Amino acid sequence: MIISVLSGKGGTGKTTVAANLAYSVDGAGYVDCDVEEPNGFLFLKPEITKREKVDALVPSINQTLCEACGKCSSACQFNALAQVREKVLTFSQLCHSCGLCSLLCPVGAIQEVPREIGIIEEGCFDGHQFLQGVLNTGEPMAVPVIKQLKKTIVNNKKDVLVLDCPPGSSCSVIAGIEHSDFCVLVTEPTPFGLHDLAIAMELVNTAAIPCGVVVNKSDSGSNTVKEYCAARKVPVLMEIPFSKKYASMYSAGQLLVDQNPELKERFIALMQEMRRLADEAVSYCKW
Amino acid sequence: MKQLAIVSGKGGTGKTTLCASLVALAKKKIVADCDVETPNLHLLLKQRVLSEKDFQGSKCAHIDSSKCSQCGKCLEVCRFEAIKDFEVDSLKCEGCGACQYFCPQQAIRITEVVTGKTLISETGSAIFSHARLKIGADGSGKLVTEVRKNAVSWGVETGDLEGPVIIDGSPGIGCVVIASITGCDAVLIVSEPTVSGKHDLARVLKLADHFGIEAYVCINKDDINLEMTEEIESFCLSQGIEVIGRIPFDPKVNAALKEGIPVVSFPDSEAAKAIRQIWGRVQGILMKEVSTCTPI
Repeated sequence: MIISVLSGKGGTGKTTVAANLAYSVDGAGYVDCDVEEPNGFLFLKPEITKREKVDALVPSINQTLCEACGKCSSACQFNALAQVREKVLTFSQLCHSCGLCSLLCPVGAIQEVPREIGIIEEGCFDGHQFLQGVLNTGEPMAVPVIKQLKKTIVNNKKDVLVLDCPPGSSCSVIAGIEHSDFCVLVTEPTPFGLHDLAIAMELVNTAAIPCGVVVNKSDSGSNTVKEYCAARKVPVLMEIPFSKKYASMYSAGQLLVDQNPELKERFIALMQEMRRLADEAVSYCKW
Repeated sequence: MKQLAIVSGKGGTGKTTLCASLVALAKKKIVADCDVETPNLHLLLKQRVLSEKDFQGSKCAHIDSSKCSQCGKCLEVCRFEAIKDFEVDSLKCEGCGACQYFCPQQAIRITEVVTGKTLISETGSAIFSHARLKIGADGSGKLVTEVRKNAVSWGVETGDLEGPVIIDGSPGIGCVVIASITGCDAVLIVSEPTVSGKHDLARVLKLADHFGIEAYVCINKDDINLEMTEEIESFCLSQGIEVIGRIPFDPKVNAALKEGIPVVSFPDSEAAKAIRQIWGRVQGILMKEVSTCTPI
């Protein structure tokens, strides 16, 4: 079962929820899909045992074969190729690796070569599986790193995997939540949190994945969030109260469930509830 | 026109809170919300929309089923698994056009897609350029570029070139952030004293350095972990980066947020005092840029 944790707004507690959930549930793995700023490892402190480069295929022009016909540069939709006089220049950071240029070149002057844009790291913490993607700084495109990360887990359906997704609502988040069985939307009881929760809900609806909400830093203002969710028939699965103790544990890189068996039980209960809701959604679809 | 981008790496450190206050303190200014995926700045600025426009930021393929012979050539050339049962999944299609080129029936066309809308508003004391990306859309970096272009061209058209363009950025270090900081005179990074705040600050500093943009740091909620605040300050010092201020944890920040106003509207609050100092330093930084750019 794959559970994606997302939020829309950044800093609401995605990593807190994902890391504590994966740590609390027996056999659950943790996958950090926030490849621009992966943070889960700071809390789970995994031992990394395997590293794999993420390459993007980009064109390389054989200038002796190239006849500068201009087919490649005029076909490229991403401005990754430009013809200047008799020479074709490449701008590999703009390339989406679609391969069209090499397919079109009439003289076979374009070869696709790998260019490293990030890395995937695999390891374990406390007997749980750990995976993260890390985008190299200066690279604009996170989606290929997320996609490769997801490929490594695609056959891993038997266990629970918790995916820590990036903030926002763009293609990176879509790549993160794709093929998930359930989405957890983490929010905070502020006007910003609620505004972006609405965006995250719309995103999850577009992807047709069942979801529920976790209210982090919950306080007296949480009623507005609960009313909002009730009106949309989205269950509020858990509330994590605002507490100075939690804030200081988080700041030091500690898991909240550490030495807090009661909270750990609540994360286990959260998992059971998500399993039930995901099963219900599946049987509803079949029916 | 000077441009200052506020970024953070990690989300939720207080970019928008700080930005709204700087906007309130600046006399002449143009402000751009470049967090186009989950924009929040409009919640703190009372605005009147002057104009809005659809934005076409990517392309998508369409298959004309009456012409399609289901030969499967498109499936062969598509790298994005965007074609299923001879229909295009618009969330997966990146608009590369490979399928269009190789369709023997000419049944496929790629067309521009509206990926969001841009807005120009006025807030009483500022011009506000903002946007909203469509859910799951591609090309958010392009939309950010458009929001910045709108902000600058407003200044050029109205001859208002004195005030800075203040840019509210988004979390991360990818295309959206790159589009938000490229060509800026300086970036102000809002950090927080947590392990993730520190880790993400290091990555966004590296990004600013990669693009050769001068970076400054301020630490929000500095008193939630003073030890970590000092760690961050000595890290910045070792990198030759100036920490231009600390903002204490202040319940007034949340109170202001709930009222939908910038926290400097409570002038006696601790956060407001700290932000006014930061603004003083920011003005100095932007002035310094002017003096070094002016030929003698």
